[in-house]
Amino acid sequence: MATTTQTQTAAKPAAGLSKEEILRYSRHLIMPEVGMEGQLKLKNAKVLLIGTGGLGAPLGLYLAAAGVGKLGLVDFDVVDFTNLQRQVTFGSSDVGKPKSQAARARLSNLNPDIQIESFETQLTSANALELFKDFDIIVDGTDNFPTRYLVNDACILLGKPNVYGSIFRFEGQVTVFGMPDGPCYRCLYPEPPPPGLVPSCAEGGVLGVLPGIVGSIQAMETIKLILGNGENLIGRLLLFDALGMKFRELKLRKNPNCPMCGTNRTIHKLIDYYEFCGVRGEEAPVPNLQVPEITPRELKSRLDRGDDLFILDVREPHEFQICNLKGHLIPLGELPRRVHELDSSREIIAHCRSGKRSAEAVDFLRKAGFRKILNLKGGILAWSDEVDPSVPKY
Amino acid sequence: MAVKVIIPTPLRPYAGKQDSAEVKAGTVGEALTNLTTQFGDLRKHLFTDDGKLRNFVNVYVNDEDIRYLARENTPTKDGDTISIVPSIAGGCNHFRHFEPSEKSF
Repeated sequence: MATTTQTQTAAKPAAGLSKEEILRYSRHLIMPEVGMEGQLKLKNAKVLLIGTGGLGAPLGLYLAAAGVGKLGLVDFDVVDFTNLQRQVTFGSSDVGKPKSQAARARLSNLNPDIQIESFETQLTSANALELFKDFDIIVDGTDNFPTRYLVNDACILLGKPNVYGSIFRFEGQVTVFGMPDGPCYRCLYPEPPPPGLVPSCAEGGVLGVLPGIVGSIQAMETIKLILGNGENLIGRLLLFDALGMKFRELKLRKNPNCPMCGTNRTIHKLIDYYEFCGVRGEEAPVPNLQVPEITPRELKSRLDRGDDLFILDVREPHEFQICNLKGHLIPLGELPRRVHELDSSREIIAHCRSGKRSAEAVDFLRKAGFRKILNLKGGILAWSDEVDPSVPKY
Repeated sequence: MAVKVIIPTPLRPYAGKQDSAEVKAGTVGEALTNLTTQFGDLRKHLFTDDGKLRNFVNVYVNDEDIRYLARENTPTKDGDTISIVPSIAGGCNHFRHFEPSEKSF
């Protein structure tokens, strides 16, 4: 496991604040709810952030700004250009760099007085307990189910709070798991969703500021746990609907029969979470449909030759507006009831963004009796790469 | 009894893009049946083939989880709110999952 430590600090808890720290945190110190005592608690706290992406960005920034004495950042990913829409710890010059290192650099600049340790590694059952044991609070800012169950179980086994936040498009959830009399993630969702997930091409996406809001709430809950004041979201599930701008709260009960945190625990060690979630490998694999294909270059040659080809675009209308091959647009979800718009005597080339949705379309149409149909391998992304770079990628 | 059912973002595409629906029901089970009658596409996303509520979808009456009440037999009264709360994890949308035997998207 690759780790880099910024500074070596003494193991003894800090007894006081320097003059610079008193000035830096003056807006905390003048509040009776924080004061010198509270700021010292923050200085002596050790928080581990799992994920330095959309949720991890506000988390890292606000916990560093607040003076949390030790921050650990776990992320094995590299900064991608498309991350910049929401992962505000990174800048354009960070594209291609490991996220945990880029985040560490940004947070160190914000607050050079704290210790920041980056772990450029995938969190697994083999390393989670070892990684977590030196921290007081774990904050879950991940984007997949296996890791959420792993973080939960490791926190329960070690007796550490788990500040949970999750998002989907316009909605978010926040709560605090892992407290002594409180629930855990398995109390809320005993089992993960089924395997065989289709990647969220059209229905995915996220309003960039949403993880900013949810991650900030997680940061607030973390700080309150450290300070020991206010009321935490223990046993409370906070739901946020960004479109309606509504916050709601539901009761989150501790399940007495929970196999992890209930009275009769049956899970005593970390398991294979990918197996638990029915997923093998890194990300949820899409079933690779074997359908007849055509490459972008082959398609270009045939179009230049004047072949009579019908281009079927199975993306969503808003994607068509970004870029298109002037195809006939039938979003994948509408294909079954709009199949009459297609002429099976013509040769049809189906495409989408990356070739996955169109593979499903070709499979569906072949089973419906269409014989002259091909999938554009790699979709419009590959067309941009191999044929026409002026077509924007997204 | 007129109850309001709040529809979470991942399910709105299957409920005519609405964020909530009014249904008449005396129990949670009736409310969900009425909802899936109104929006047929919603059925397979909420229920398995043998009619059980999918295990990654939680249902609340007002702020209480029905698993701690009477599950689908939980009574509802005028003005109650039923919330459907699926597990979410950012990147993936499990409601796009379809069984190999199903031919609808």
